[in-house]
Amino acid sequence: MLVVRLDRVFALCYRYFLVLSRSSFRVMDIVFWPVMDLLVWGFVSSYFAKSGGVVSPAVSFLVGGIIFFNVLYRAQQSISVSFLEDLWSRNLLSIFVSPITVAEFVSATYVVGVAQSVTVTIIMSLMASLLYAFDIFSMSWYLIPLFVNLLVMGWWLGLGTTAFILRYGYQAEALAWAVPFLLQPVSAVFYPVSVLPTALQAIAWLLPSTYVFEGMRNILQGGADSTSTLYLVKAALFNLLYWTVTVVFFGKMLSRARERGSLAKIVV
Amino acid sequence: MVELVDIIEVENLAKRFDNSVAIQDVSFTIKKGEFVGLLGSNGAGKSTTIQILLGLITPSAGKVRIFGLSPWKERVQVLARTNFSSAYVAMPPNLKVIENLEVFARLYGVRDRKAKIQELMSLFGIEQLSQKMTGALSSGESTRVNLCKALLNDPELLLLDEPTASLDPDIADKVRNLLKQVQKERALTVVYTSHNMIDVEELCQRVLFLHQGRIIAQGTPAELVANLGEESLEEVFISIARDRVRLPHSQQ
Repeated sequence: MLVVRLDRVFALCYRYFLVLSRSSFRVMDIVFWPVMDLLVWGFVSSYFAKSGGVVSPAVSFLVGGIIFFNVLYRAQQSISVSFLEDLWSRNLLSIFVSPITVAEFVSATYVVGVAQSVTVTIIMSLMASLLYAFDIFSMSWYLIPLFVNLLVMGWWLGLGTTAFILRYGYQAEALAWAVPFLLQPVSAVFYPVSVLPTALQAIAWLLPSTYVFEGMRNILQGGADSTSTLYLVKAALFNLLYWTVTVVFFGKMLSRARERGSLAKIVV
Repeated sequence: MVELVDIIEVENLAKRFDNSVAIQDVSFTIKKGEFVGLLGSNGAGKSTTIQILLGLITPSAGKVRIFGLSPWKERVQVLARTNFSSAYVAMPPNLKVIENLEVFARLYGVRDRKAKIQELMSLFGIEQLSQKMTGALSSGESTRVNLCKALLNDPELLLLDEPTASLDPDIADKVRNLLKQVQKERALTVVYTSHNMIDVEELCQRVLFLHQGRIIAQGTPAELVANLGEESLEEVFISIARDRVRLPHSQQ
């Protein structure tokens, strides 16, 4: 599982980029919807700010939340939707019976996830700068741990989703789109954790994304200090824990799928 | 002269799914350079056997060795020397044929990819398709592109799952001739499943008949026809599928 040959990873990345670049549906999915989100919610919050109903940093919080949530969403989607696309095009069997390791397969989807997330972040940040005077670079070096933490969370969420699809087949495919949005309300993307009911707050503090978004708001309010650093360190530790658990879970699900024949059923 | 070493060794293989038995007590060996047909009606256990050989399913019991290696523990080494083609798999439709073959050549670590792809496209007479989108190919063209992909790594073992399914008789005949030629030239070991008995009679040196998860007959197509007192392999197939035959002990 841990052997990774870069030429094979490159081969899969090359294929993903060709497939993506020729699919208007996927390009739309990756660029169009995030841009629409940014336009609609950005203007809504600008309107509230102008009409005096919202304090000024709220626009930044919302725009930052939209941009950074897309990092997580793209990273998760790159893994689970790439897997589903191979299933739908009946190509997965040819991949699974080639001498590619699971680590190589997953690495390629990680690379694609990074590329998609970076692209979407650049586009959205430019737009946010032009439309809402949102300066993503005001977060200085904190940008890197914010981005990386969400990327890693997207990776383990994507791997976990794929594990369920492997084990339960097509009936689990809706998870590929649903999982990030299931976590969104308790990740405090657009509002502070303190807004949530106590029980949900307890759940929220178990998610790395919560620390990232709390940290982002703290930084945007000028609090680039030890509190923000602590948030990001906690996010990293939770990510490390969940990523390790997900890798083990994926291995077990793959093994179960081989035992129960569900791997053969979905790829054939 | 073909070296008579066992490429595939299967011993007492069994696979159970929940309460059903897919295969039981299946044993066979396939030697280097053999072209072996795996036959049986739907649900006989052919697909399960092929999927076990490909490492997609782990057996409930029994032993499988391919090139003397385990298809699960030494999966990458086994698959690097094996390839597979099926009428039921496809490649991404919005990639050109040449791009799809290039990707698989990279996955199999083929050296001098361009020359190898060119050689195989020329062998299968599909050079003119290289810039065509894979999704726009006809069934016959798709089959030949899939066979190109299946030979990219100069495999020692080729698993073919109904490669001529959905082809018209003319194209099916051309594909059979190409397979015969390739197998002979490269001393390939081929495991072949098909419901087309013309394919099997023309191509397979030996046939393993599966019925209700067990191998119930094996031999050359001519031996099976003679021993079961039927007129053709198709009739042998039907008799076995309908439980009309009681096989002599030597055939079991």
